[in-house]
Amino acid sequence: MYNFEFEKPETVADAVAALAPEDAQALGGGQTLIPTLKQRLASPTTLVSLKGIAEMQGVCKGDDGSICIGGATNHATVAAEAGDYPALAETAAHIGDPAVRNRGTIGGSLANNDPSACYPAAALASGATIVTNSREIAADDYFQGMFTTALEDGEIVTEVRFPVPEKANYQKFVQPASRFALVGVFVAKYSDGVRVAITGASNDGVFRWAEAEAALTANFAPEALDGLSLSGDDMISDLHGTGAYRAHLCNVITKRAVTAAA
Amino acid sequence: MPKDGGIGASSKRREDVRFLTGVGNYTDDINIHGQAYVFFLRSDMAHGTINSVDTSAAAGMPGVVQIFTGADFEAVGSIPCGWQVTDKHGEVMQEPRHPVLAHGKVRHVGEPIAAVVAETLEQARDAAEAIELDISELPAVVDMKEALKDGAAKVHDDLNNNLCYDWGFVEENKAATDAAFEAAAHVTTLELVNNRLVANPMEPRVAVGEYARGTDEHTLYTTSQNPHVIRLLMGAFVLGIPEHKLRVVAPDVGGGFGTKIFHYQEEAFCTFAAKACNRPVKWTSSRSEAFVSDAHGRDHVTKIELALDGDNNFTALRTETYANMGAYLSTFAPSVPTWLHGTLMAGNYKTPLIYVNVKAVFTNTVPVDAYRGAGRPEATFQLERVVDKAARELGVDPVALRRQNFITEFPYATPVAVEYDTGDYHATMDKLESMIDRDGFAARRAESEKNGKLRGLGVNCYIEACGIAPSNLVGQLGARAGLYESATVRVNATGGLVVMTGSHSHGQGHETSFAQVVAEMIGIDENMVEIVHGDTSKVPMGMGTYGSRSLAVGGSAMVRATEKIINKAKKIASHLLEASEGDIELKDGAFSVAGTDKSVAWGDVTLAAYVPHNYPLEDIEPGLEETAFYDPSNFTYPSGAYACEVEVDPETGKVTIERFAAADDFGNIVNPMIVTGQVHGGLAQGIGQALLENCSYDENGQLLSASYMDYAMPRADDLPMFDVDHSCQTPCTHNPLGVKGCGEAGAIGSPPSVVNAVVDALQSAGKDVTHIDMPLSPDRVWAAMQ
Ligand SMILES: Cc1cc2nc3c(=O)[nH]c(=O)nc-3n(C[C@H](O)[C@H](O)[C@H](O)COP(=O)(O)OP(=O)(O)OC[C@H]3O[C@@H](n4cnc5c(N)ncnc54)[C@H](O)[C@@H]3O)c2cc1C
Repeated sequence: MYNFEFEKPETVADAVAALAPEDAQALGGGQTLIPTLKQRLASPTTLVSLKGIAEMQGVCKGDDGSICIGGATNHATVAAEAGDYPALAETAAHIGDPAVRNRGTIGGSLANNDPSACYPAAALASGATIVTNSREIAADDYFQGMFTTALEDGEIVTEVRFPVPEKANYQKFVQPASRFALVGVFVAKYSDGVRVAITGASNDGVFRWAEAEAALTANFAPEALDGLSLSGDDMISDLHGTGAYRAHLCNVITKRAVTAAA
Repeated sequence: MPKDGGIGASSKRREDVRFLTGVGNYTDDINIHGQAYVFFLRSDMAHGTINSVDTSAAAGMPGVVQIFTGADFEAVGSIPCGWQVTDKHGEVMQEPRHPVLAHGKVRHVGEPIAAVVAETLEQARDAAEAIELDISELPAVVDMKEALKDGAAKVHDDLNNNLCYDWGFVEENKAATDAAFEAAAHVTTLELVNNRLVANPMEPRVAVGEYARGTDEHTLYTTSQNPHVIRLLMGAFVLGIPEHKLRVVAPDVGGGFGTKIFHYQEEAFCTFAAKACNRPVKWTSSRSEAFVSDAHGRDHVTKIELALDGDNNFTALRTETYANMGAYLSTFAPSVPTWLHGTLMAGNYKTPLIYVNVKAVFTNTVPVDAYRGAGRPEATFQLERVVDKAARELGVDPVALRRQNFITEFPYATPVAVEYDTGDYHATMDKLESMIDRDGFAARRAESEKNGKLRGLGVNCYIEACGIAPSNLVGQLGARAGLYESATVRVNATGGLVVMTGSHSHGQGHETSFAQVVAEMIGIDENMVEIVHGDTSKVPMGMGTYGSRSLAVGGSAMVRATEKIINKAKKIASHLLEASEGDIELKDGAFSVAGTDKSVAWGDVTLAAYVPHNYPLEDIEPGLEETAFYDPSNFTYPSGAYACEVEVDPETGKVTIERFAAADDFGNIVNPMIVTGQVHGGLAQGIGQALLENCSYDENGQLLSASYMDYAMPRADDLPMFDVDHSCQTPCTHNPLGVKGCGEAGAIGSPPSVVNAVVDALQSAGKDVTHIDMPLSPDRVWAAMQ
């Protein structure tokens, strides 16, 4: 780790100001950023902790019935308090281990957009709105490929709003070492259609499986996915599985999510 | 009735009190006034020519004490190899120089190139970043078979090629073995990989060097399984420090699994630099460094063939193995694929002819050496896999085929140079069969199938050679050390004992189990016995702990020393009781005269030894302290039978272990609870190898599994509840305790049963799968089914 300055503002406005210098960086739970710093792969001059900002903490219900989660809310809190959206609470309950869940935040996870992370699938399948200090971004516009999002430099995820579906489920088939998703599928059925988001599989990060969505909108049952397949060509191929294997898993795991949700 | 103390009691591990309450004293807990910190700049290239290492800018950085490069160690010895193998032509192995810091070339990712000693670790690291390296990358040698081809890049330019040795065993059996294959009714052939592993002890390696200018004495605190061996190797071969000026301390050590046996560059560096800088110098490995600098384990590529006659008797066995040495020869590396592997190829079977060929190969990877089981898991895996495959090919029950070929008479001289003293392989198999409800398997399989899963049952046996080892024998085989053990028993005036043992405990619970043995011999409370280990200034000599040798060899030395104590104490007692020595009996901590009610307590005798007022001074010296060295006359041969039941998800390839049973014969048992714990740990590591752990390099010699994000360690929820039994006991015939050793069994015996079970599951679904290389990760199992 290199030396850095540390700031812990109490309002979003102060955080935005603290993040203005080019080499300042936001710190959520530090579960991704701290290991990066320890390996000296990043060298921010100032870390701006978002954990002291009361308005970015906690889970509440919006006027339209959606679940609103403060950007600095940790996974354990979501697991415990997002009961109105059980599939979301369950997703949070299976991220990492207790230490990770009690430190890591939803804002950090979505800002990082790890191609194998769980929250991106939940947000994309739910058609969530990512609220920042300056705007609201639809999930469909937010995720832009591995570790890439619509966020500008210094922009802070202050809240994430999840419309609550009729039925939903997240299935994570874990990579045996990291226990991130080798393939994770979040399926959400809304009155106007089904959304399917897949994490872990693609070289382009989390994505929606349009064919599966259409089939499931017509018939929300695992059989609807029979015969559907994705190509493994653009999928991640590594020590833990080839692209073809991941493509195969996308179908299997989506079916399991539908079965569990139905 | 379970005993509540002494041999056979499940005494609670006394050392756990300090480990679990955070008051252990690990090497990293040692901080010496004035100490500086070293950071090693390590190669990120697998193979390259070092053109220059420019430290001029770094030397001026804040806090820097001194920077060292390979040039500073030119006059210093090579990190030595402790075993010289002679090849099948009678030539000794090729043995490269192993520098403390890379010089001329870098040969693996992680090899230290320069070392910065600074006031703080962060300053050392900052300065290391300012070192300018000019290294020209060379093609990396990674694949063993490619490495042996003509024209392959050479890891060591001054060697003939990348072949360390080509070993044939037993060379005289080769022609007869080949002839038996010609005559065989059936031959089963299997090609397999024994996957490379990273040991990953919970405590990373640490070294602290200290130098006392006033007395010219060096001290090295290090995470070692054998401090005396480090003292000898480093003092005599690397740094030229006589043993009386060098103290090596290995305090509490948080797991070793073999990887802390070896003498490493960092130890030599810290010892050297402490004098050069006249400051204590400390190095603590990060987890990332451990992946690229701790010796790795296994990494064999093998073709094994089993010949059977028309009645399914094994008639011959033939193997060809490529064993990866990595870039340099780690301390015991050459012995692992040879004497710890070839000698075990008979397994539990009376195969009359065996020929083993091993080609040891240099590659641009981290050195490979002993890891829990060391050679024996590799032998067991291939043998038990090929036997299982043969049973399937012949359509016979794999248990029956094994039983038919079991060795049943002991002692048994194998065709691979060892003599098993005792064993009862049917007994452990009977015990196993009574544990696993084989009859109920069909119903359990049907139940799994109802849930869309496949179920398989895999069984295997194992034999290992432990209690390493008779010194004269290993000397003939190329060991550059003796493999005895020593113990000093010091009895204090008030009757308490301090036992100084050359064995080293790094999780095994010696402080408890060794005390049980001595307490039992005298008939006193275990808490009167203290076990001291891990410090060359306290213990006379020690060859350390590995190869399941501690109780069999170290414990035997302790028994011998305690016998001497008892003999002397009897002399004193006979004087005090005015009886003849021959009539004195020791029981329950008191000496009595046979046939009378005259007796004297242990404490009165020990007091007399140190306050010799009424004492036979003309016959014996005062005091009560004895030392014994014990050199075993043979290896010990634990054996057992294991069974694994798995469920396979055919859609994803995921394997779940549903049941696991282990029936072991460890001979006599001192502490059943500790033995059970050792088996549990071994099983976890063996199952880790079978299902999860995969140390993998890419073609450029970059380690792909260089952190826990990619290297899967077994976790509690990957494992079932184990069913472990060690009631089958054929005591070792040649050591005083009749013990065989239990530390490695679980890791040796479990991988084949896991793979056998998965193959059984897949074949039950009609899949033509005869083998899958470990680890049986979901993607591999799924791919095998396609
Ligand atoms: C052992 C382990 C296991 C894990 N397992 C899983 C898993 O199974 N599934 C999974 O999804 N994840 C997993 N994670 C990742 C975990 O969920 C992290 O919490 C998450 O990826 C990052 O969140 P954080 O709050 O810790 O962010 P930090 O590490 O603090 O920051 C990450 C990045 O986000 C930026 N950032 C942080 N907060 C904000 C914000 N509010 N607005 C804008 N930018 C911000 C930072 O500047 C940084 O660039 C695991 C992590 C570990 C260490």
